[in-house]
Amino acid sequence: MIFGSINPAVLMAALMVAATPILLAAIGELVVEKSGVLNLGVEGMMIMGACMGFIIAVNPGSPLIGFAGAAAGGMVLAALFALLTQALMTNQVASGLALTLFGLGLTALLGQQYVGITPPRTPRLDLGPLSEIPFLGRAFFRHDIVVYLTVALVGAVWWFLKFTRAGMIMRAVGENHEAAHALGYHVKRVRLFAILFGGACAGLGGAYLSLIRVAGWTEGMTVGAGWIALALVVFASWRPWRAMAGAYLFGGVVVLQLNLQAAGVRIPVEYLSMSPYLITILVLVLISSGRARASLNAPGSLNKPFHASS
Amino acid sequence: MTRTTLLKVEGLSKSYPGVRANDDVSFRIAEGQIHALLGENGAGKSTLVKMIYGLVRPDAGRMELRGQSFAPGQPSEARKSGVAMVFQHFSLFDALDVAENVALGMENPPPPRDLARRIRTVSEEYGLPLDPSRLVGELSAGERQRVEIVRCLLQDPKLLIMDEPTSVLTPQEVDILFRTLRKLAAEGTAILYISHKLEEIRALCDEATILRDGKKIATCDPRERTAREMAELMVGELLTPPERPARPRGDVVLAVEKLSLKSANPFGTSLKEISFQLHAGEVLGIAGVAGNGQDELLLMLSGELRAPRNQVRLRGQPVGHLGPTGRRGLGVVAAPEERLGHAAAPDMSLTENALLSAARRKGLEQGGFIDWARTEAFARQIIARFDVRTPGPHVLARALSGGNLQKFVIGREIELDPDVIVVNQPTWGVDASAAATIRQALLDLAGKGAGVLVISQDLDELLEVADSFAALNEGRLTRVRSARGLTVEEIGLMMGGSGDMQVAHEAAE
Repeated sequence: MIFGSINPAVLMAALMVAATPILLAAIGELVVEKSGVLNLGVEGMMIMGACMGFIIAVNPGSPLIGFAGAAAGGMVLAALFALLTQALMTNQVASGLALTLFGLGLTALLGQQYVGITPPRTPRLDLGPLSEIPFLGRAFFRHDIVVYLTVALVGAVWWFLKFTRAGMIMRAVGENHEAAHALGYHVKRVRLFAILFGGACAGLGGAYLSLIRVAGWTEGMTVGAGWIALALVVFASWRPWRAMAGAYLFGGVVVLQLNLQAAGVRIPVEYLSMSPYLITILVLVLISSGRARASLNAPGSLNKPFHASS
Repeated sequence: MTRTTLLKVEGLSKSYPGVRANDDVSFRIAEGQIHALLGENGAGKSTLVKMIYGLVRPDAGRMELRGQSFAPGQPSEARKSGVAMVFQHFSLFDALDVAENVALGMENPPPPRDLARRIRTVSEEYGLPLDPSRLVGELSAGERQRVEIVRCLLQDPKLLIMDEPTSVLTPQEVDILFRTLRKLAAEGTAILYISHKLEEIRALCDEATILRDGKKIATCDPRERTAREMAELMVGELLTPPERPARPRGDVVLAVEKLSLKSANPFGTSLKEISFQLHAGEVLGIAGVAGNGQDELLLMLSGELRAPRNQVRLRGQPVGHLGPTGRRGLGVVAAPEERLGHAAAPDMSLTENALLSAARRKGLEQGGFIDWARTEAFARQIIARFDVRTPGPHVLARALSGGNLQKFVIGREIELDPDVIVVNQPTWGVDASAAATIRQALLDLAGKGAGVLVISQDLDELLEVADSFAALNEGRLTRVRSARGLTVEEIGLMMGGSGDMQVAHEAAE
């Protein structure tokens, strides 16, 4: 039995770690898209966060300051995107793609001297007796704080969008920016905040890769995580909890296929490597297929430029 | 009338590059008054109310609300002062529910549960029942307007601005709206009512301010003026009713025989055993309350809905199986009711839109290549002949006001020199002078020997242009009769069943 060598508790624990960077980026992009902006620069903002987080964490030697720096790094790129698309009215798709390419190139330059260095360790959160529970303790309660904060963030975003007035205004801006403007809401200001939040989240996701999951810096180390986050948002129908389920599914398949590779299963490695992408997309397509547009929940003004005509 | 003045507007002016939208406009509205703001498309009505609502800042002039200086910098300030507005294109959010939509238009919305209760109370009180938990995307146009109105009412407005509220409503819904507005006025709320439907204004309003080219032309009591007089004030010239020279009736150009066709829209009305003949030089008017099969009739005639081959004939030749391009080639053209999105592609320029329907008949395309020079010349020709007000043919269709775009899409079809033209609501939302131009062009086309089929809900329009007359009722078409000597009462009877529907509708309310 090939699964014999895989411990489910370890698998679960590894899954949460593997899913966290994607989930962080996805929840940020979800907010951005809910406000009606399509930022395809997630990959670029992630790698920026990975690089900045790494550099800042290594120099004074504190992972927490590193994460803060990563969020700032992601926000700087996001601010550039906001300047281009909201103030200068450039095309969102083209600007987002450029942002990704720019981020990849810039970080290759900035990170040159940091290849091969080990970052300071992020301590695991001490949950006392909880982490000693058989199976559950190993699976859920021996992580670093970022894993838990990410789950809390998903809950916070869900609550924000569903129950707060600010969240409702943000959904309104994303649904019909002309109507929101007519009612006197500041479409661009709302979108600016959303874009910056998305950048910070993507940056944190990137830093989680370089500081914890991989624990090292290499050029282009995000290898498409940003794109998976983008796809997750769409297939999760812009619903936070569903995005989390999708991210965990993706993380689970990634970990599982790595274990299967290690266990020497006789399936070509290429198939195993592509399986997380295929399975995640397939499952999410099945969930969201066969529904009316309204229940798909797509923001009505997504990717439409807003130009206030008064 | 000696009621206290609520809003005083003095010398408001606003310019945009190249346009003086408002020029020294002054008027007053008293409390509890229903005040009409009248004007052609582009006369500056919308700019004026946007200034009152704080969406646009005036270049000059001042406003007073209850004797105090009033200069709202943004809509929330206007709302705080008691000014509310119902927009022409609804400012609603499809994916949000009724309660959320209402909350978004309020400054300090109460907690969701209280809000839902207040929506129910207020909406029932004014005869506009609404379920707060429904998604707005699922509501009809009339219900959406209720959401807008209830949103305003919950804020206890002193002044309610309504921008062409009836353009999307059925006659029954218009009645309900008027009852609500009269009740509000009786309670002391002033209403600023923008429209260019003169009969409506005469029925509803106490006073009217007429704008032309951004300037105030007159203030009058609409009940003491005829619709004709007000129309002439709006346009600034004498209106000549369309000329209808007597002309011989030609051969049958289009014949439809016992055609039943299922609607493609699940909420549409299927056509049931439609038969009629259209002669060369004849204008056939088809009346009916909206939703009785008008859209389907147009789609069937334009070729968007295919019919059995032999049941639609053009000069005896079967064309039922042909699509729109095939029929255009043979000389049957159509202009649907929905101008943006159906008659015209919103994000394409007027030149491109001209090409879309005229490519074949005007030879604008050769061997798969587009002759842009000729296409643009054709677009310019339409713009010039139908007085479409636009900077040029390069402008996007969506940038035109409704009436101007209507002139363009109807003009585009008329310029194709068709044998048969089918139009649905040709002058919907179009001002008086433009409507006259369109009607005259349709009559001229008939004079040249084309068959013209006009589907309209405006009975006055049909009586003005039609030679013969029929009515649609639940997908059935009455016998065609001559329009000469036909009275409005007889037409009402032809529209049949609609009287009963009204009663049923009211019972349901």
